[in-house]
Amino acid sequence: MPALKVTNLAKTFPMKPRFFGPTPPGVRAVRPMSFEVAAGETLGVVGESGCGKSTLARMLVGLLEPSEGAIQIEGRALDNANPAEFGKLIQYVFQDPQSSLNPRKTIRQVMEAPLKRLHGMAQAERDRRISEIFASVNLREEFLDRYPHEFSGGQAQRIGIARALAANPRIIILDEPVSALDVSVQAQVLNLLAVLKSQFGLTYLFITHDLAVVEAVSDRIIVLYFGAVVEIGKAESIFANPRHPYTKLLADSAPVVGKPLKAPEQKGTELPDPLNPPPGCAFAGRCARASDQCRTIEPDLKPMGDDQFAACHHPLQD
Amino acid sequence: MRGAMMGGYILKRLISAVPVLLGITIIVFLIMSLIPGDPATAILGSYATPENVEKLNRDLGLDKPMVQRYFIWLGNMLTGDFGRSFSLNRPVLDEIVERFSATLILAGTAFVLCSVLGVLAGVVSAARQYGLADKAITFIVLIGISVPSFFLGMMMILLFAVNLRWLPVSGMYAIYGGGDLPDLLNHLIMPALALAAVATGVIARLARSAMLEVLRQDYIRTARAKGVPERRVIMGHALRAAMVSIIPVLGIQAGFVLSGAVYIEIVFQWPGVGRMLVEAILKRDLLLVQGGVVFVAACYVMFNIAVDVAQSLLDPRIKT
Amino acid sequence: MSTFLKLLFRNRLAAMGAVVLGAILLLVLVTPILPLHDPDITATADRFKRPFTEGHLLGTDHLGRDLLSRLLHGTRLSLAIGVAAALIAATIGSAIGIVAGYFGGRTDNIIMRGVDMLMAFPYILLALAIVAALGPGLMNALIAVAAVNVPFFARNIRGITVGLAGHEFIDAARLAGMGHTRIILTELLPNVLPVIVIAMSTTVGWMILETAGLSFLGLGSQPPQADLGSMLGEARSAMISHPHTSIVPGVMIFLIVMSINLLGDGVRDALDPRLRSGALSRPRATTLVERQGDIPAATDDLLAIQELETQFHVGNRIYRAVGGVSLAVKSGECLGVIGESGSGKSVTALSVMGLVASPPGVITGGAVRFQGEDLIGAPYETLRRKRGDRVAYIFQDPLSTLHPLYRIGQQLAEAIQSHHKIGSAEARSRAIRLLKDVRIPNAEARVDNFPHEMSGGMRQRVGIAMALANEPDVIIADEPTTALDVTVQAQILSLLDDLRRDRGLAIIFITHDFGVVAQLCDRVAVMYAGRIVEEGPTKAVLDAPAHPYTKRLIACVPELGGGRRELAAIPGLPPVVDDLPPGCAFAPRCDKAQDNCRAAEVVLLGNEPRAVRCLYPEEAI
Repeated sequence: MPALKVTNLAKTFPMKPRFFGPTPPGVRAVRPMSFEVAAGETLGVVGESGCGKSTLARMLVGLLEPSEGAIQIEGRALDNANPAEFGKLIQYVFQDPQSSLNPRKTIRQVMEAPLKRLHGMAQAERDRRISEIFASVNLREEFLDRYPHEFSGGQAQRIGIARALAANPRIIILDEPVSALDVSVQAQVLNLLAVLKSQFGLTYLFITHDLAVVEAVSDRIIVLYFGAVVEIGKAESIFANPRHPYTKLLADSAPVVGKPLKAPEQKGTELPDPLNPPPGCAFAGRCARASDQCRTIEPDLKPMGDDQFAACHHPLQD
Repeated sequence: MRGAMMGGYILKRLISAVPVLLGITIIVFLIMSLIPGDPATAILGSYATPENVEKLNRDLGLDKPMVQRYFIWLGNMLTGDFGRSFSLNRPVLDEIVERFSATLILAGTAFVLCSVLGVLAGVVSAARQYGLADKAITFIVLIGISVPSFFLGMMMILLFAVNLRWLPVSGMYAIYGGGDLPDLLNHLIMPALALAAVATGVIARLARSAMLEVLRQDYIRTARAKGVPERRVIMGHALRAAMVSIIPVLGIQAGFVLSGAVYIEIVFQWPGVGRMLVEAILKRDLLLVQGGVVFVAACYVMFNIAVDVAQSLLDPRIKT
Repeated sequence: MSTFLKLLFRNRLAAMGAVVLGAILLLVLVTPILPLHDPDITATADRFKRPFTEGHLLGTDHLGRDLLSRLLHGTRLSLAIGVAAALIAATIGSAIGIVAGYFGGRTDNIIMRGVDMLMAFPYILLALAIVAALGPGLMNALIAVAAVNVPFFARNIRGITVGLAGHEFIDAARLAGMGHTRIILTELLPNVLPVIVIAMSTTVGWMILETAGLSFLGLGSQPPQADLGSMLGEARSAMISHPHTSIVPGVMIFLIVMSINLLGDGVRDALDPRLRSGALSRPRATTLVERQGDIPAATDDLLAIQELETQFHVGNRIYRAVGGVSLAVKSGECLGVIGESGSGKSVTALSVMGLVASPPGVITGGAVRFQGEDLIGAPYETLRRKRGDRVAYIFQDPLSTLHPLYRIGQQLAEAIQSHHKIGSAEARSRAIRLLKDVRIPNAEARVDNFPHEMSGGMRQRVGIAMALANEPDVIIADEPTTALDVTVQAQILSLLDDLRRDRGLAIIFITHDFGVVAQLCDRVAVMYAGRIVEEGPTKAVLDAPAHPYTKRLIACVPELGGGRRELAAIPGLPPVVDDLPPGCAFAPRCDKAQDNCRAAEVVLLGNEPRAVRCLYPEEAI
């Protein structure tokens, strides 16, 4: 049984009705998508701004109600968008560690909330649990009585991770957990996450825009473009051997030491207008391989090679 | 093309004002229905004959249910019938229109004064932050917003009219002769200044902090980095961006100027709508109060639409 | 709390307000036990006694009542009514605002429509209507003043709440299983409370004025009871003959309102954290210069930064953001400056043209020479003529660095017209040509766009076009691609590379990304804690880093194609530059550090073009 199963999950944000004329169709931030995350797996989700990755994350933890589709966690359907219900099974680590901590609460108050509200623990038990968690994220217990502004970004992110762990979830959604941190601190947090995963038997969904980071931490990777999955594959092969031209563009664009500088092949850099999405493949406007078929029919995700899927009418061959 | 879009925007704003105007009438109607006891008696006073009371009750439709009464009242107003003032014995609307023009002259002048002076003072203050000019302006502004306008008006009369005899004590025109523009201006100076004082202070403070906020923005650094002269950075780039947050406050301050006019009209015996309202309340001429409040509030709504349009002309990010 | 009070009373004006208000409050509190006349007893024989007459310190009014006694009793009443109105308005208004702001959507819409409706009245009309309906009287005036102020609080607090509700800690609280009531009470309210206090402290004076106003009109307190407003109202008819009866209550209102305003401003400044750091100061046109020590001699480089020291003076603390940095570029050369946040790389770049925000920035030493001429401490006009003309900047976030209210064509034209006298038609055609140079499609139409109408990549192209406008000799690019998506970044980098080759530009490129440096730069300087720790040709530095920091920083950055792995982390945190350790700043995090690393300053040594600031370098150079 997969730890997380998503079936046809989609989110459309309705538009305000216009004064004159018909109400415009909503913005489809996430188009219907399905995927599974196996227990103990790290699934990387990579995409650029506007690809719907944050909307997806918020739906997965129950902060946002899906427009359609279903979420199953360890076989249990969760479709009521109730964060308190989701919270015991799936937790969230936020991008901006400072903004995710209430500036007027001590770290102890922050840590106690999930223990009290989700698990109804008594005081003594809470103290014991907090000590345990703090030890495992390498934070000193004296931090507990301080306020968030006294911490650096890396420390605050550890606190954010500790809070997520306190709920004792099965799955953690990591939404750009290191992109606000300095590179020398990034590695500390990424390594900590790896240790915690094996220690607590967690399953991760790791959302990022950084290809190198996602490759370094994931088992499998999903590539999103304009609210839809364009490619799924194994972390070790997807960027080396992309099937979808967008995945290839991403891989070619990442600056790598020793690779000469040249603009990768693409026709434009503009995303389609979300208010007026094109028919067919959303990437067609930027794709050198696009044909008339691409501009009219939206491609479905099809298996290509072992464990790789791509949504492309003219996939790249190896 | 932008002109056509603008026209559409103005139309849209005008249409969206309809529910606001309706809301105003509902609020006024509800407040007036708070009147304790029998409104006809309240309006006519305790010496009214029972026949008169009954006739007024019928005229006002007070024997009907509330919702029906509201629509009758609204319908009458839409046809220009605001009722008849018993204390003045003339139609309410005639009195209001006459009085409101006097208020417009006073409040309009004060509004222009406080907008220009306030923004200028704020800009100078921000550009010379912590300098002598800033400190002087901050001090004057502090006094301006702390002194009650009616007290300021009284002191101005004492100083400039009674002691120095530079300006007339009160009124809008001289009683004998006069009636021309110089006479009006002569009478206008003191009340307009007294009325503008508080709003000038408020606008100056806001303009100062808006300018300080804007001057810290990255695009000001960009302007400096490309070598734009500092005067243009302040008066062009910074002021233009600051106006985005100043203009809505000008709209709000117009309401305060209109409100302050009530006191100033009393102090300076200015024959405006504010003085009319206070006198009407003291005489319990409620039809006059009701009509005056709805009329002035409706004018203010229209003025605020003009403010919104000005804002959308300045800021292209507002969807037109 | 004690820091709050300390901050409050450091503000001399606020302290003055507190003293005046305190004295008035004290007087008012002891009024009942003072040996005063009864405020309401009339004695027509004693009417209009002047101040300082025997038995009547402030004289008497038109009914012969003792003015001092009436003043103190009136002040009592005015203060009580004003404060009560403020409390009622703040409580109801804030509750409405928090509910609307937190729940948003339809709840918000309906509530705010109602609030807008109330705000559509000039406030006094509403107050007059309420008083007209309820009848004149002090309690009714209180209700009216409180009612008309509710919408102001509601709107203000709603705005703050909406901002807070967007913070991730609210989401985190929901995920921790908290319900809506609990979130409002324990997460939102403590953060909104300071704003409510600020709003109250700045409006209570206003409300005292308003109730006094209604009483002045005869609609508030009714005779014989008097508050300050009705005293003034009653005195008005005798104003010309006996001004003291007006002046006494008028001055009292003024004193109360002024002291409350002073105190309120003090409270606001002390509670607003942005003011605490002194950040709300306006940056001056150029960075302050307080140079100590010798000025280095001229070199033949195109642009040379020499032993530059830039500090931030915040309160008593001195942050040494740039601690003696020397860099130089020649024509056609691209120099990379790499470092983490807080390493001083951006401050170094901004110091060149005096663009470091000042206050708090101060350039305290060194020189910046353009073609040999020292720019530090040069007159403003000299600097301005060079800015954007000879040395141009490209900044990080193209949305916040372009002016939102000007069309991009105007902004480009202005860059040219600030240095060259040309007509607007020619400026426009040059702007279009610049847009074409940076490969913006459909430049003739795009020139009339506003920045918000363009994508991030297109905006950054405009930023580059603006830097190119006067064909400068040097471009300083401060993390120009950090805010962009990776596919767009690649386009922008290759554009910059082409431009510098075509035009022989010198570029100083600030970044934190080794991949970018490797692709674009000829030479690179690595910064740590405000200093250069290593420099040299890019390939040499990246292939064989000599400083332990460089080596370990490269190792801890994952690189595409490296596969799944554990990353080499650097323990600890970069130091804060207001408290640097003696010796090497990296020593506390370095596994090779010895006692002598910590003992004395380590100098930057090496053979041109390589240099390293380390006693035990990884590679001999």
